[in-house]
Amino acid sequence: MEPHSVAERIREYFPEEVLSIEDFRDETTVTVKKESIYNICKFLKESSFLSMDFLRDVTALDWLGRKSLRYEVIYHIYSIKNECMIRLKVPVSDDDLYVDSVSTIWKGANWHERECYDMFGIVFSSHPDLRRILMPEDWEGYPLRKDYPAEGPQEEWRGFKEVLKKAEEYAKYEWNR
Amino acid sequence: MEQIKERHERELVLNLGPQHPSTHGVLRLKIEVEGETVIKCTPYVGYLHRGTEKLAEGMTYLQALPLTDRLDYVSSMTNNIGYCLAVEKLFGIEAPIRAKYIRTMIAEMTRISSHLLWLGTHALDLGAMTVFLYAFREREWILDLFETLCGARLTVSYPRIGGVRNDVSQEFIDSLYEFTNIFPSKVGEYETLIDKNRIWLMRTKGVGVISAEEAINWSLSGATLRGCGVNYDIRKKHPYDAYDLVEFDVPIGLNGDVYDRYLCRMEELRQSNRIIRQCIEKLPKGAILAPDAPKFTLPPKDKVLDNMETLIHHFTLITKGPMTAPKGEVYCCTEVPKGELGFYMVSDGTGKPYRMRIRSPSFVHVSALPALCEGGMIADVIANIGTIDVVLGECDR
Amino acid sequence: MILDKLPSVVELEEGIKVIPGASTIIATVDKLINWGRASSIWPVTFGLACCAIEMMTTGSSHYDLDRLGIIFRGSPRQADCMIVAGTVTKKMAPVVRKIYDQMPEPRYVMAMGSCACTGNVYRSYSVVQGCDSFLPVDVYIPGCPPRPEALLGGFVKLQEKMMKESWRWSPIR
Repeated sequence: MEPHSVAERIREYFPEEVLSIEDFRDETTVTVKKESIYNICKFLKESSFLSMDFLRDVTALDWLGRKSLRYEVIYHIYSIKNECMIRLKVPVSDDDLYVDSVSTIWKGANWHERECYDMFGIVFSSHPDLRRILMPEDWEGYPLRKDYPAEGPQEEWRGFKEVLKKAEEYAKYEWNR
Repeated sequence: MEQIKERHERELVLNLGPQHPSTHGVLRLKIEVEGETVIKCTPYVGYLHRGTEKLAEGMTYLQALPLTDRLDYVSSMTNNIGYCLAVEKLFGIEAPIRAKYIRTMIAEMTRISSHLLWLGTHALDLGAMTVFLYAFREREWILDLFETLCGARLTVSYPRIGGVRNDVSQEFIDSLYEFTNIFPSKVGEYETLIDKNRIWLMRTKGVGVISAEEAINWSLSGATLRGCGVNYDIRKKHPYDAYDLVEFDVPIGLNGDVYDRYLCRMEELRQSNRIIRQCIEKLPKGAILAPDAPKFTLPPKDKVLDNMETLIHHFTLITKGPMTAPKGEVYCCTEVPKGELGFYMVSDGTGKPYRMRIRSPSFVHVSALPALCEGGMIADVIANIGTIDVVLGECDR
Repeated sequence: MILDKLPSVVELEEGIKVIPGASTIIATVDKLINWGRASSIWPVTFGLACCAIEMMTTGSSHYDLDRLGIIFRGSPRQADCMIVAGTVTKKMAPVVRKIYDQMPEPRYVMAMGSCACTGNVYRSYSVVQGCDSFLPVDVYIPGCPPRPEALLGGFVKLQEKMMKESWRWSPIR
């Protein structure tokens, strides 16, 4: 099955919700409205014709400088039966960082969404366990945002400062000092 | 009295890792047990989060290549190939046929070396030490071959965007052919150690069972998914490199337990060996870099030192990167030893990737660890960590 | 001094002598203890990243660390050497330090690989730029990852360092 025909089928069922369909290098990107992402994903999974049962990836993009819709959440969904992949895109604005979680549809989405939250600060509503995953729990800032410096912020993370302090304190007990 | 009873019947919370010999790196698990039964298992990752995705945004397409080595450091060659294929797809170029064969060959060598490491450590965790020593003996041969090929054992950076770095030598080919002659008998040797071993069977059969639907729902991939009976191999479904030109079978399990996944991987060792043999026999002559690849590949060092134009070319490549990247986004997935490795590249038209997202199999597999462990015995947690073949460098990126 | 002239005294190493049959070793305490320590370095099994794979290879049949008396121990309480094998992230740093604090004296630290030495290419928000910022490192082994031979070389260097120590066995400094 061609990815473009999947996209057309989504437009057929959700004419109001699909914003655009783009093709690039044999891949089709469907941009949909934020509110409808849960319903579209449910439709893709449960439709016996499409049977998009394999969620490859959930990630986000930060288009810093774009006025209204700064973030995009991206879903790569694959059908093992039909051997085709489609990319769903959801624009998210800076002042409303809430997206519906799809982790009840695909369990595999759970950690991808947590990572998205960790790295971009996008909140997935009705997610079962939305905590930071890669960074420590009390880390400040969202590292993959474009305005976050690659070397890290000026202020060191509290936990690492404690280690440095501890090392300094214990150094006097070292044998060769 | 009531209070004492309550206190005695509380479940016990155990912490496993990050420093633990059988967590394969820095995985941490919080396990709640009731007697010997695991009732809740929560994995904690991120102890090896190095910010690869963020660093790649500040590098040119060529410079980001060595970062991909260090994701899944057990199978760096396949990671490089996955990255190169993604960038090639983005730029719309294709490697020449000889380079494709070489890539397929080294990818399968990496699969063998990765599976051998998996076999050794997995068996070591379950109490069979000899397998570790046997497996590392053959792995050392493969690593020596990598060294003759490109000078590095582990972090190779051998494939290039649009081809490979240098051609294979006759010495390499001969040694590899000899390896493929001997290797199947070595696989048999490992199997005599554990295949019918009673302890091994008791510890693996019926442990960590996951059904096919569950496995798909959890987005498992690779041998972990095929062990449940799902026929999904990217090498067959969406062939890249020379996989459509060679013959091989994809082993599929039945029960979805640790033993079936073990059998799948053991058969994959033989199939990889078969692919390497075919690649050597069919290896065509020709170029190893695509004609438009010089835009992405550094010129040879000796020419840089005495040719002005080459020097300028070298300079612009390093500072700006190839300026021809089209605006767009691609997702390119490859079948690495662990499962499905995807690179999602977003370009904004400059020489550096706007975003490089790595969909790593280990990350997904660790997330499914509670599904495998919960309800089982505490001792089987180690078997489950081994069977999903997790590398934390790739999981945390 | 008379003993030196006895033909039956066997010199094991410079400064360490054994009288066969008499169950007697003649040496300075320093020398003897250092000799014992240097020939039985027990590192804690503690892999962080890529270098841990090379560390495992060094322990396997091809390179065989056991012949130097080096045996990996699962618990820091039984170990006297820590190989920081791989990238130390900020999230991991408290754990690494805690493992080091659990080790009994005498203890030694080897920074294996460029990441543990300096942070390597990972100049990012989450990576510690060299583990010597919070650990007293004895031996640095460069390489990305270092070859098993380089790790063996590092152990030999550590042994040399151990042999030069004096009074480390005593509570008086």
